[in-house]
Amino acid sequence: MDIALSAEDLAFRDEVRNFLDTEFDADMQAHLKGRGSKGMVEWQQKLYAKGWVAPNWPVEHGGTGWSATQKYIWESERSLRGIPDVVPFGLVMVANVIMAFGTDEQKAYFLPRILKSEDWWCQGYSEPGSGSDLASLKTKAERDGDDYIINGAKIWTTYAQHADWIFCLVRTDNSGKKQEGITFILVDMKSEGIKVNPIIGIDNEHNLNEVEFNNVRVPAKNVVGEVGKGWTVAKALLAHERTGIAGVADIKRNVRLLQEAAAAEVNGGERLLDDAGFQQRLADIEVELMALEFTELRTLAAMAAGGFPGPESSLLKIKGTELQQATQELRMEIAAYYQGVLSTDMDPEVLGHEFGSDARRAFMYGRAATIYGGSNEVQKNIISKYVLGLE
Amino acid sequence: MNFDYTEEQQMVRDSIARFIQDDYDWDTRRAIVDSDEGMSRENWQTFAELGWLSIPFSEADGGFGGNIVDMSVVMEEMGKGLVVEPFFPTVVLFGGVVARAGDEAQRAEVLESLIGGETLGAFAYVERQSRFAINDCKTTATANGDCYTLNGEKVVVFNGENADKLVVLARTSGGQFDEEGLSLFLVDANAEGVSKVCYPMMDAQRVANITFDNVQLGAGSLLGAEGGAASVVNEVVNEALIALASEAVGIMGTLNAKTLEYTKTREQFGVAIGSFQALQHRMVDTMMAYEQAKSLLFKALCEYKIDPASAEATIHALKVLIDRNGKLIYGEAIQMHGGMGITDELDIGHYAKRLMMINATLGDGTFHRSKFIESTYAAA
Repeated sequence: MDIALSAEDLAFRDEVRNFLDTEFDADMQAHLKGRGSKGMVEWQQKLYAKGWVAPNWPVEHGGTGWSATQKYIWESERSLRGIPDVVPFGLVMVANVIMAFGTDEQKAYFLPRILKSEDWWCQGYSEPGSGSDLASLKTKAERDGDDYIINGAKIWTTYAQHADWIFCLVRTDNSGKKQEGITFILVDMKSEGIKVNPIIGIDNEHNLNEVEFNNVRVPAKNVVGEVGKGWTVAKALLAHERTGIAGVADIKRNVRLLQEAAAAEVNGGERLLDDAGFQQRLADIEVELMALEFTELRTLAAMAAGGFPGPESSLLKIKGTELQQATQELRMEIAAYYQGVLSTDMDPEVLGHEFGSDARRAFMYGRAATIYGGSNEVQKNIISKYVLGLE
Repeated sequence: MNFDYTEEQQMVRDSIARFIQDDYDWDTRRAIVDSDEGMSRENWQTFAELGWLSIPFSEADGGFGGNIVDMSVVMEEMGKGLVVEPFFPTVVLFGGVVARAGDEAQRAEVLESLIGGETLGAFAYVERQSRFAINDCKTTATANGDCYTLNGEKVVVFNGENADKLVVLARTSGGQFDEEGLSLFLVDANAEGVSKVCYPMMDAQRVANITFDNVQLGAGSLLGAEGGAASVVNEVVNEALIALASEAVGIMGTLNAKTLEYTKTREQFGVAIGSFQALQHRMVDTMMAYEQAKSLLFKALCEYKIDPASAEATIHALKVLIDRNGKLIYGEAIQMHGGMGITDELDIGHYAKRLMMINATLGDGTFHRSKFIESTYAAA
């Protein structure tokens, strides 16, 4: 039981700080603020050049080989500077699946490209009729020679409009239990018969899409894992997705920002931060967050010791997303009337406020966090069934 | 003891409900929101013809002479239909100030055309730094005989984009935070020296930041006693808080009904998701949250009808509960609708955003909890 940093860890921290302060310069910040996918790709390529783009990959595939402590240091320093985490669809999600279940050929082709951010990935899981009940999915893949022909539709596909590839769960067999007959397959988004329909979100932005498949021909060699065993593959991936979305380090930074913003906000001469009611709400978030940080560290330590994230990762997802939403809500509250501002590009000098519209967008988009990655209700089912043994 | 609405109130309720059902379906509303003005002048005329704009004003002023319950009925129904036409800023806020503070000539000048649907109004009371403290006012009006010179800026003025006339809160004496020395002025939105920057809010309101640069106000612009605006503003705010709570109750009931319907029809795992006990209990929680909010609204209405001043603590409490229960209800409505809940296409998010703006208007839950504590425990 010890969290003291060793001399090596301290040296590592200095290196991280030095790297981030040098590379995450004003230019890069401006790129990312434009929020285009290009800015993110540029940043990921800088991380790649340093060898730090995939802290969780094994060294043999280009990972960092960092200890749990080093990963923690990295996350803390990154989030402290407001640097977004890498886009997870390629580097975290599909990469983990390919490493665990892919053929040598798939690994050799896809992993280096993912590492270099050459391909933008998106996730084809949910369907209009299959949300929480993911295994009821109907998008069909029929064998035709060396190919599969895919027909159906995927929905809530984040960033499909930027994507080069989509990893999909498709139904290859209808005869058995619904979990059987699902296959995990990689599809080139440039394939004929794919149509991306934008969905405007509750945040008034276009991040979500519906992806239609009309007789899309996909080589059978793009199947990852065994045909019909996609459910097993998907479950492993979802566990990875869940640990990723706890986002403790980012919430910590947001809590500090809330403190600063509330100190600058005045109600009849009194700072909002001095308001007892506000203090209690902020403190309630912080207390829970302090605990979640160590819950996450316990998971990281277990994974470093060779474990694969299991059903316990559902806890991180539930608590992490709840806390994200709590901080987003409080930021709205600090913005008072300005929380409703719709325009994202008004001059703050003219408007009279710095972050109202940002707070709105983050809060509204943040509503999705308890829905995606397996809704929090589904996470509770997972814990009750697999951790507590309740059927 | 009687919590029933009168026959007359029931008729008003039915007439608004019918309007929403026949002429305010979701696509129509969306087209109005996306239009240049973000409201329908035609609808506004309909509101005038049906007498809704006249409800709170006295018969002497050409109004219907309605009480707080009549007003509440209108606001609740408007909430159900998520009506974007500026009833709250024009009738409740702007009209509320003029009706209380205006002399006979001012009331005649303003209220008749307001009731007739010709004049749209706005009440400019928020400043960049003021947050929810209305007394925190830097805008000044300097007297020059019977006339005044107005300087300063008001922000997030509801209906600021379309208002023809403004009531502006300005300081005629005292320090920045003083309750004394605040005055109300009737200002033409097109007067020389008035300029504005307009922007839409997430709940489809069109608001404006309005700057007053040496605006010359003639005799007859001052509403009520110079320096004595605080008590009038307080009365208007209290009535406005009840109006907003009524609208919120309308929205909460609608969100619950839509969500309940969805849980009964959306199937996952081969059954309606409403058959899951975990969701059933949460639906019960949102139902209770709605009923509790409605009960506290009734208490506020009953007290206010007897004596507005006696309702003050209840009004603070009501805003606290609307905030808390509103968050629970819109949060659950979005969550239970899953992916659909986070789209712009579905109406759920729009109801949620209006509830959020109601929470942020005239003090949020945290603000009113402090006020409740002050008014209830300070004397003890």
